[in-house]
Amino acid sequence: MLEAIGVREMNDLLVDIPQSLRLESLRLPDGLSEFETMAQVAALAKRNYVYPDRLTFRGGGIYRRFIPAAVAAVTSKPEFYTAYTPYQAEASQGTLQAIYEFQTLIAELTALDVANASLYDGATAVAEAAMMAYVHTGRDEVIVSGYVHPEYVQVLRAFGEGRGIKVRKGGEPSKKTAAVIFQQPDFLGLLVDARGLTTAAHDAGALAIACVDPISLAILAPPGEYGADIAVGEGQQLGLPPALGGPHVGFIACRRELVRKLPGRLVGAAHDAAGRRGFVLALAAREQHIRRERATSNICTNHSLCALAAAVYLTYMGPYGLRQVAEVSFKRAHSLAERLSSLPGWEPVFPERQFLNEFPLRVPKSSSVVKKLARKGILGGLEVHRWFRELKDVLTFTCTEVNDPRAMDELLAVLQS
Amino acid sequence: MTEPLSFELSRPAVDPPRLPEADVAGPAPADVLPREALRAKAPGLPRLSEPEIMRHYSRLASLNYSISENFYPLGSCTMKYNPVANEAAAALPGFADLHPYQDESTIQGALELMWRLEQALCAVVGVDRVTLQPAAGAHGEWTALRMIRAYQHSRGEARTEVLVPDSAHGTNPASAALSGFQVVEVNSGADGRISLADLESKLSPRTSALMLTNPNTLGLFEREILDIAELVHSTGAMLYYDGANLNAFMGICRPGDMGFDAVHMNLHKTFTTPHGGGGPGAGPVGVKAELVPFLPAPMVERNNGKLTLDYKRPQSIGRVRSFYGNFGMLVRAYTYILAMGGDGLSQASQDAVLSANYLRKLVENDLEMPHDGPCMHEFVASAHNLNHDGVRALDIAKALLDRDFYAPTIYFPLVVPEAIMVEPTETESKATLDAFAQAIKEIVAQAKTDPQSLHDEPKKLPVGRLDEVAAARRINAYLQGQSEDPVLRWKAPAD
Repeated sequence: MLEAIGVREMNDLLVDIPQSLRLESLRLPDGLSEFETMAQVAALAKRNYVYPDRLTFRGGGIYRRFIPAAVAAVTSKPEFYTAYTPYQAEASQGTLQAIYEFQTLIAELTALDVANASLYDGATAVAEAAMMAYVHTGRDEVIVSGYVHPEYVQVLRAFGEGRGIKVRKGGEPSKKTAAVIFQQPDFLGLLVDARGLTTAAHDAGALAIACVDPISLAILAPPGEYGADIAVGEGQQLGLPPALGGPHVGFIACRRELVRKLPGRLVGAAHDAAGRRGFVLALAAREQHIRRERATSNICTNHSLCALAAAVYLTYMGPYGLRQVAEVSFKRAHSLAERLSSLPGWEPVFPERQFLNEFPLRVPKSSSVVKKLARKGILGGLEVHRWFRELKDVLTFTCTEVNDPRAMDELLAVLQS
Repeated sequence: MTEPLSFELSRPAVDPPRLPEADVAGPAPADVLPREALRAKAPGLPRLSEPEIMRHYSRLASLNYSISENFYPLGSCTMKYNPVANEAAAALPGFADLHPYQDESTIQGALELMWRLEQALCAVVGVDRVTLQPAAGAHGEWTALRMIRAYQHSRGEARTEVLVPDSAHGTNPASAALSGFQVVEVNSGADGRISLADLESKLSPRTSALMLTNPNTLGLFEREILDIAELVHSTGAMLYYDGANLNAFMGICRPGDMGFDAVHMNLHKTFTTPHGGGGPGAGPVGVKAELVPFLPAPMVERNNGKLTLDYKRPQSIGRVRSFYGNFGMLVRAYTYILAMGGDGLSQASQDAVLSANYLRKLVENDLEMPHDGPCMHEFVASAHNLNHDGVRALDIAKALLDRDFYAPTIYFPLVVPEAIMVEPTETESKATLDAFAQAIKEIVAQAKTDPQSLHDEPKKLPVGRLDEVAAARRINAYLQGQSEDPVLRWKAPAD
């Protein structure tokens, strides 16, 4: 090949690199066989303790759920996972159609008009939604109402600082408010008055941004129904393993009037000269590769494969499977909440508020309780005090369809021992 | 053959999958929750049996070109083979089933992996520390600019402008704007490299940073990089490295040594984590010592062999993503680096440069080469020479699809008219490169003898060229309230 190029040696191709910059070699060990590589990687994996899913009662934004085998069977197809952003539509119809189906599924779930192709995670989805509100209203303050996931708020602050968006915790919306952001159910698992918050936002001329749990939408009124302008959320529960927090998928959906402000990729239907329907990247004039510094967002690579996983999951479940998953989780969590609340000194933190499948309890000596459970191989409640000072000794417990009744018995047995 | 949508295949008679029953005496939602909190109508999800679902997605998969089946020379995207061992590693339950809020003592292996990956990335790009939090390249760019801004603020400097070459990726100016900077464009010279004179004229006390890709998006190494770095640093500004093209010189040279202060890396390009049809990727950012205090929290720290997550970073720009980044992608990249080793990574880059120059040579008489070689890991050609036959870069791209090749990146960078940006990567054989070059020759010959026929390609794919303009018109009509068909989603036909 060197001869064909017309040079004598490899270095002749590297002549543009100043000599003073040239390296002898990388300061890294030499390569390994696949066998040795996997042995080393597996040894690292073994140094982690994996709590069985049925004994995981901790959530906080990431949940153990049943993942149908169909999900990995689809996402591990190399035609999906080794393709890239579908710039050439005719040779990317599989990816494009899957995204179009994902967009439709999210729009259906949230009861909003249009959803995008995906974002990185729930946290950046909140931040992107705030940016949309900032641009749409020309106002520079967003209000975070109630217990929104603390890491989402941290990301929102970091994004906001770049754009000059002020993030306020709580308080009434005013003429300065671009959006009111709430989470339904909130970080503690409790239901908020989504309708009331939406109305208050609208009365002040602000947008209402609902950060929602996608599985909860099989039970709860969807954002579009109570008038929220933008819905965002984390899609991990839709067929993705926890994986220490990622990769998962953020989603965002909005009303028709806001579609041009959406960040990231959007897929639309189009036709060829023979009238056959296909799918293309649409409204690209919002995006960085066309609009550059005036783009709605800088996002390019998003989380397409995770969106595919979510699409397979939702299609597998269908409307009634999804409701079954949500209802089983609901019933079990309510049963568990009752049993835990009967332990001496254990009590609900907000007894007047409803929840779905995650709930906060005030627990005497909460730290030692969590440690005791861990010693028995149970991932107990989440200590939320680390983010919220006022919630001393509060643990949030979660329960899904993977926490069978015997797992709850085991949890109770350890707590009573 | 196209495939109907899952929604169109849906049959109301399909039962939901069998799922666990609650098996506890607990209330149903409707027993407890107020009616206005409940969903009135079930969401319109499709109803299909598992065999129907599997067949649907298998058919969709067959409509895709991918690295697994096709040469995918998409410039700037480094579409190299994704070793399947990476996938096996990420699927290990010891990684996949970890909850992010487990106690640190139970995730020592995961933290060790993140620590070692950070060390390896530091060695490859020549920086002091790396954050693994950003989820993609653009996310990394923005993270780096936030750090640069925070650093300059801490010194009492209010620098407001970021310089971006005219050949830069679109994410660069977008990330700069998102970070609160004014974007100032720097022109390329006739040789395709940044014009030092223009750079000098645009540097000022307002300049916060210069964002640079090296080799640049034309595949050319910025020969004067040391002078550029000196010039930028002399004004007190910083130098940011867009790592999209890192595959060009691993083990050959390092951005840190060139004078870059912050560097992002695309693990889905250089370090073979799969592209997933558009992500997930990962965009770690490496920085020199002066920016270390501003890295996002938490960072993995190692004390007496014990690994911890350090949240106490008072000068940090905060958090840029939930949890610890795209951990599953970090596992894949680390697996790749272990397998390749320092020697393998160096060889990979040399082979990538060799492949690009070889392919460039094979097609240099067929397409215009606006800049002199040698190139690094990719080259930019132009279809400008075929314009008089009415043939455009788009036509070349579509004709390649009909010959089983994915198309190169076209119409980018913007500084080359009718650009065709080719990045073959090191994992393609000489035979593949020869076949691709042959296809280009045939297409160029066809352009001269029968240009009209090229406009009809692709012919062998499930759909022909899709009318994006008509689609855009329909979307506009929807957005303006003149139509009820959103085009951006499926809607059940009105009964």
